[in-house]
Formats: sequence, C-alpha cells, structure tokens
Amino acid sequence: MAEHEAVKTLDYKGLACPMPVVRISQEIGKIGVGEVVEVHTTDPGSISDFPAWAKTTGHEVVEIKQEAGLIRIFVRRKK
Amino acid sequence: MSVDVEKEMAAIKAQLEERPGAKNKLSMVVFSGDLDKHIASMIIATGAAAMGMEVILFYTFWGTAALRDPKKRAKGKNFMGKMFGMMLPRGRNRLPLSQMNMAGAGPAMIKSLMKQKNVASLDQLFEAAGMMGVKIYICQMSMDLMGMKTEEMIDYPGLEVVGVATFLAHAKESSIQLFL
Repeated sequence: MAEHEAVKTLDYKGLACPMPVVRISQEIGKIGVGEVVEVHTTDPGSISDFPAWAKTTGHEVVEIKQEAGLIRIFVRRKK
Repeated sequence: MSVDVEKEMAAIKAQLEERPGAKNKLSMVVFSGDLDKHIASMIIATGAAAMGMEVILFYTFWGTAALRDPKKRAKGKNFMGKMFGMMLPRGRNRLPLSQMNMAGAGPAMIKSLMKQKNVASLDQLFEAAGMMGVKIYICQMSMDLMGMKTEEMIDYPGLEVVGVATFLAHAKESSIQLFL
C-alpha cells in the first residue's frame, strides 16, 4: 500500500451516510498538513460525498479506487 | 488618495461580512414530531458539521417532544400540561413515522432496517452532533404552550431555551436555512 504514501488507514467499512464524512472530519486534523490518509469504505455514497466534503473543507481527494466490495479513498490534508 | 481607497475597501469589506447569508453556517427549524424527519434533520446536521459548517437546530412545536428525556419527570404541571405530557411522545425513541406508522409497527421496522444496514441510530446521531458542536435551541413558546419544562429535556451540551429572534439572528447570517 505504498500508493500515495498514506500515513494511516481508516476502516469505515459497513458505515452508512453520514458517518464516513463525520468520521473523516474528525480524523483529518490528526495527520500532518500535506500527509495522506487512506479510507476504506463500503458506502457507495462516499464516492460523491468525499469529493464534496473535500471541496467544502479545503482538503483534497487524491484518488478513489473501486475494488470488489471495497472503495479506497485517498485524502490529503491541505490545511 | 490611497488612504481613501483603503477606507473604502474596509467599508466594503465590512458590508460584505454583514450581508445576509455570509457565514458558512446552517440554521434549521425542526418542527415535525415524526421519527423519519428527525432522522433526516440529524443526518443533515451532522453532515453539515462534518463539512465544517456551524450548525443551529431550532426545535419548535411537535419537534420539542423529541428532546424529552424518558427518564426525567417534571413536577408542578397544570392539568393541560399533564395531558400534553401524557399524549406527546417521551423522547426521540418513541416518535411515530409520518407514513406507514401502522400503530407503532412502522418505527420498529425502520429501526431494525437501520440496524441491519448499519445506519447510525438517532441516539448515535445525537451523540455525534453533540461532539461536533451542533447547537440545539428549544422554542420557549412551544414549551410553554405544551406545558413542557426544561428539567424534562435531554442532557445535551449547550442546549438552550430561546425565542424566535435568537433563531432568526442565526438564520439571517446562515448560508443555508432549512425547515423540517
């Protein structure tokens, strides 16, 4: 999992809206500015919600990878 | 000349900051006494808080019953107050559905579906809201009207009983205003 050099992985599998964005909003401040966190979720709504959340809060969704039964979202803390 | 420009810029900046809807803030009236609408209001509120917004919820009319704590009882109510107290749901876990209530079978079904699909319960949403600083105001007049008392309301950080002007002052500067 060296892609985007995520400093940690957050397991949000099974959580439904709005919990994935609620959790990431509480976790993003715990990594350093410029660092990337990898989020694992099974909520299809997160694919549109994470970019919307990032746009509003000023962070960056680096990449979203859809795999069988798992969505991996890489988020960079920008400020 | 440059001093004038600076002064004008400052004046324009002040006007911009005071214009209606300027703040990254959501104000919502929670009017309904229905379970489904309370789930919706809490999901929107916690979502908005996650988006970095300041969130104000103003509970009025039937909405206030959702804030009653089933473990608490208030003393010194008059006859009408007692009647309303008996007829209104004691808190968020006793609310009916706006549709398909089926004498209480509907809410039980929704709650079990939510559990099955791992959707956060109203209890969990209230807890998350409290942690993220979602502000809850209760309408003074609604409580008076229905004979409700502050001491029978839930423990929630910063919960306050206020009038409509307090809500309007928040709503005016909010970029989003909703009514549920």
